[in-house]
Amino acid sequence: MTNKKHTHPPSAVDLRVRALESLLVEKKIINPATIDTLVETYETKIGPRNGAKVVAKAWVDPAYKKRLMDDATGAIKELGFSGIQGEDMIVVENTATVHNVTVCTLCSCYPWPVLGLPPVWYKSAPYRSRIVREPRAVLEEFGVKLPKEKQIKVWDSNAELRYMVFPERPAGTENLSEAELAKLVTRDSMIGTDLLEYTG
Amino acid sequence: MNSVHDMGGMHCYGAVVREVNEPVFHAEWERRVFGMFIGSFATGMFNIDQFRHAVERIDPAHYIESSYYEHWLEGLLTLAKEGGVLTEEELQGRMQELSMEEPQC
Repeated sequence: MTNKKHTHPPSAVDLRVRALESLLVEKKIINPATIDTLVETYETKIGPRNGAKVVAKAWVDPAYKKRLMDDATGAIKELGFSGIQGEDMIVVENTATVHNVTVCTLCSCYPWPVLGLPPVWYKSAPYRSRIVREPRAVLEEFGVKLPKEKQIKVWDSNAELRYMVFPERPAGTENLSEAELAKLVTRDSMIGTDLLEYTG
Repeated sequence: MNSVHDMGGMHCYGAVVREVNEPVFHAEWERRVFGMFIGSFATGMFNIDQFRHAVERIDPAHYIESSYYEHWLEGLLTLAKEGGVLTEEELQGRMQELSMEEPQC
């Protein structure tokens, strides 16, 4: 708001939000204390560190990796991550010949239990419109340059199915522990818009 | 449905803009909208398909020019009204009351 006046009327959006909350509380649809706890959980506890733990475990434990590929929802739940927007998960594996990237062209479907809430760019019109038409160009904007012969698969998430990318384990990490490996895994690498590397 | 929300393959939206060290929410009202979504979803006011349908019925021009959590706000309002939880008059009335409470300075 650039127009300074003697009073500062709330923005129209803010006012609508507060009016809606006030009515939903009054009608006992929601409880403000519960809301605070839920929001805080998504701000501080549920985020890409969860997904990073899944990836690192699968890198060091072949049996776990097999379970992750066969039944992602179940394998992710083994580590304690489950719930809304993660009810049906599929993990897609990056290999020497295939690079995977995820999107939700309709809106913002995203695997909350493992990645938290999506960044604004993931929900934005440019990403949603372009990643399916020109994935290579969009990935280059993210600094991901892939050889021409590498196949790119774009997975369009929806309300029923959420995808997570299983990034390739970086070279030179043979001696790292699972916890150290987890620290290398970025959020974007599990969306497919980042490649991991280990510089030692 | 095939409307403006179905963005896959559309042209002309420009470059993907990213924010370094992006916070989970950008304003308190976004936190409240998210919380209301989770809270009212949990109580069964709607299911996820109903919510998406409500968002997809937002006026296309408004959909394009408004931000993500504004879409959620409008979706929630639509479902609350259609579910008989509240009326537009109640909403307007409450907005009026709240705007009167704003501190003067």
